[in-house]
Amino acid sequence: MVKFIIRRFFELIPVLLIAISITFFMVRLAPGGPFTAEKSFSEEAIARLNEHYGLDKPILVQYGNYLLNVVKGDLGPSFQYPSRTVNEIISESFPVSLELGAWAMLFAIVVGLVSGIVASLRPNTIQDHVPMGIAMTGICMPSFVLGPILILVFGLWLGWFNASGWETASDRVLPVITLGAAYAAYIARLTRGSMLEVLPSDYIRTARAKGLSEKAVILRHTLKNALLPVVSFLGPATAGIITGSFVVETIFNIPGMGRMFVLGAFNRDYTLILGLVVFFALLVVVFNAFVDILLGLLNPKTRQHS
Amino acid sequence: MNKTLLLIAALSVLCIAAGCARRETRVEAGNRDQILHLGNLSEPRDLDPHIVTGVSACNILSALLEGLVAEEPGKSGAAERWDVSSDGMVYTFHLRQNAKWSNGDPVTADDFVFSYQRILSPALGSPYAYMLHVLKNAKAFNTGELPDFGKVGVKAIDFQTLELTLESPTPSFLSQLNHWSWFPVHPPTILKHGAMDEMGTKWTAPENYVGNGPFKLKSWKQNSSIVVETNPHYWDRDTVRLKEIHFYPIGDHKIEERSFRAGQLHVTGTIPLERVQYYKDRHPELLRLDPYLRSYYYLLNVSKPPLNDPRVRKALALSIDREKIARYVTRSGEQPAFSFTPPHIGNYKPPTPFQRDIPAAKQLLAEAGYPNGEGFPELTLLFHTSDLHTRVAEVIQQMWKETLGIHIELENVEWKVYQSRRKNKVYEIARAEWVADYADPASFLEIWQTGGGNNHSGWSSPEYDRLIQKASQTLDETQRLETFRQAETILLNELPIIPLLFLPSKSLIQPSVKGWKPSILDHHPYKHIYLEAQER
Repeated sequence: MVKFIIRRFFELIPVLLIAISITFFMVRLAPGGPFTAEKSFSEEAIARLNEHYGLDKPILVQYGNYLLNVVKGDLGPSFQYPSRTVNEIISESFPVSLELGAWAMLFAIVVGLVSGIVASLRPNTIQDHVPMGIAMTGICMPSFVLGPILILVFGLWLGWFNASGWETASDRVLPVITLGAAYAAYIARLTRGSMLEVLPSDYIRTARAKGLSEKAVILRHTLKNALLPVVSFLGPATAGIITGSFVVETIFNIPGMGRMFVLGAFNRDYTLILGLVVFFALLVVVFNAFVDILLGLLNPKTRQHS
Repeated sequence: MNKTLLLIAALSVLCIAAGCARRETRVEAGNRDQILHLGNLSEPRDLDPHIVTGVSACNILSALLEGLVAEEPGKSGAAERWDVSSDGMVYTFHLRQNAKWSNGDPVTADDFVFSYQRILSPALGSPYAYMLHVLKNAKAFNTGELPDFGKVGVKAIDFQTLELTLESPTPSFLSQLNHWSWFPVHPPTILKHGAMDEMGTKWTAPENYVGNGPFKLKSWKQNSSIVVETNPHYWDRDTVRLKEIHFYPIGDHKIEERSFRAGQLHVTGTIPLERVQYYKDRHPELLRLDPYLRSYYYLLNVSKPPLNDPRVRKALALSIDREKIARYVTRSGEQPAFSFTPPHIGNYKPPTPFQRDIPAAKQLLAEAGYPNGEGFPELTLLFHTSDLHTRVAEVIQQMWKETLGIHIELENVEWKVYQSRRKNKVYEIARAEWVADYADPASFLEIWQTGGGNNHSGWSSPEYDRLIQKASQTLDETQRLETFRQAETILLNELPIIPLLFLPSKSLIQPSVKGWKPSILDHHPYKHIYLEAQER
């Protein structure tokens, strides 16, 4: 296991290096720079700013300096927000995205598992069709449609929740549902499918024959094996839910990392974009490694193969 | 299994029941506690008056800092009174004895000297340093030619007397002082967190910020909210009735409008174009459309044929039906523009040497060698993604086709791409607008001087330059405005730009907000604003 973790760690380095290199040169290819504005800055001012941020140096020198700083854990100053560093911006916005993502994941798992199990117990009856129909709608409905609908109904008509922001506890409800809905739906279908695969197995029949209660059969025996595909989906899903929340963050005006990323791209905030790419890449790799380890623990077969 | 389901059902019912109880909205709570909630468009770059650009930062800075004169024309700010020398070259400001920083320190003339030296320091790279170039030798110091700040026209005569010497008499000087680039900063705070000319230090963090305005910085949550609270040391604190102001950076106009409807905002930064008609019909009491010094125009690249021919440019300008655009397309209180300068600046009456005239436009185009548009090369109209720009561009494309028989391609690009292409003159026709920095025709007309940083048309007229220079040095007000009129007439005859519309300031405002007066610069001094909950 230790060897496995160490190997995963070393696999991280080329992934990060490639991500940084591509992003570093791509952002500079985009037209316009961080200091182009509707009311032009004077040439002198732009020269000073370029000097301040080291943008006047040859591009390979900039690249080298950036890599050196990343190794030291310093992602540099933000171009758009001069008094803040990229590290500060991430440390302020990541907890927001993490909280949103964690609640959305919890929502997705609870709602997904429950409706998947319920549906699988009486396949092709109304008990199956209703949750699976809703799940299908959930998968198909993009968050930029679901979000405004929820705001309209629960925010504006019923007045139960705020239409935007991330200040009070109740501000969490609508974004969490919007972000979690598609994942809940996917988990529900996945759970139902693998439950239906496991339920006719011999050992389940044996368990029933032993006289175990239905609850024990489902929760202890069926679910354990049926969960494997769900767990392997959770790794990329967790990374995706935390990093891919920028649509939801924009709809609800949530000060998370996804929104910072979008703003960074619009503002040509080179260091902010790069810093977030490094951080996102790190997250995705770490989550995938984590899930691999978890799967190994759940299923000895995978451990042997890897 | 059933227990789990039951638990979830029970929890959901609880949640819904808790939600059902009628909530007090943020606006209602704010009305009770004198806390104003404002939509503020975007996250400001910083709260350093010498670094920032843009409206969203300005809205917050005017709460945190105060310049020499007050927002209202002629009223005093940090300076109680001032004398102007007979030649209009020397302004002597007498600061208030009771003017204090938010940490209790007195506001002194030396603080202003320090501030002006800081913004003009070449190393700081301040984008608005040019606003101070009216001061004697300021430009030379700013560009690094003159290393000695002592030769710049800023002097502290004593603790409370500040003398500003100008490069030349500048009648609009007092209204320029209202711009945030002239606001003071607290020297010990700046120096505690870095060098005088160092940008991006931590002095603007809430725990460090020291200002001299009616409010002080309480908290700054990135991309979420900026909160300011009453400054107990402010000299005029008895006038201030608001306890706090919360600024929310909501960049998406639709989200902002939804937040307003949900009772989260007292005033919005703007309003989506498609919602204006709804509010006009259903809730006119919530809609504010006020005159604003904002000119919407098309910029022509005069270095590219056929736009290098003034007859072509005039034909394009003459054939646009601006009333139709304002009445049927934009429909949010826009005014048709036949001049570059809006009509509400003091006594200035902008010239209008042209009107809509289709036969004349056709005639001009024929004279230029394109009768009925035949042989006219295909030009591209560049704009960036926005409802307003797209709608206006489409209707103008149609008008030019119908009246002149010419076809214009529309090119919609991303904001930074647009800015970069415009600056590098990689365009033929480009959508543009200008918002005045201060209420004077100079703020509009100076940009079209030869080599001006914002003159992206490539147009140049020595006579125009001469008149602008002359006007900026003319002390007699009538004569000065007349000189500006002559200059603008040249601009409107040559037409490197096509004036289209004057845009109003648009916002939604709750009836409980009192003292929010229309302002042509869209500045609203918060110290006069208060909240009064209406009877239910």
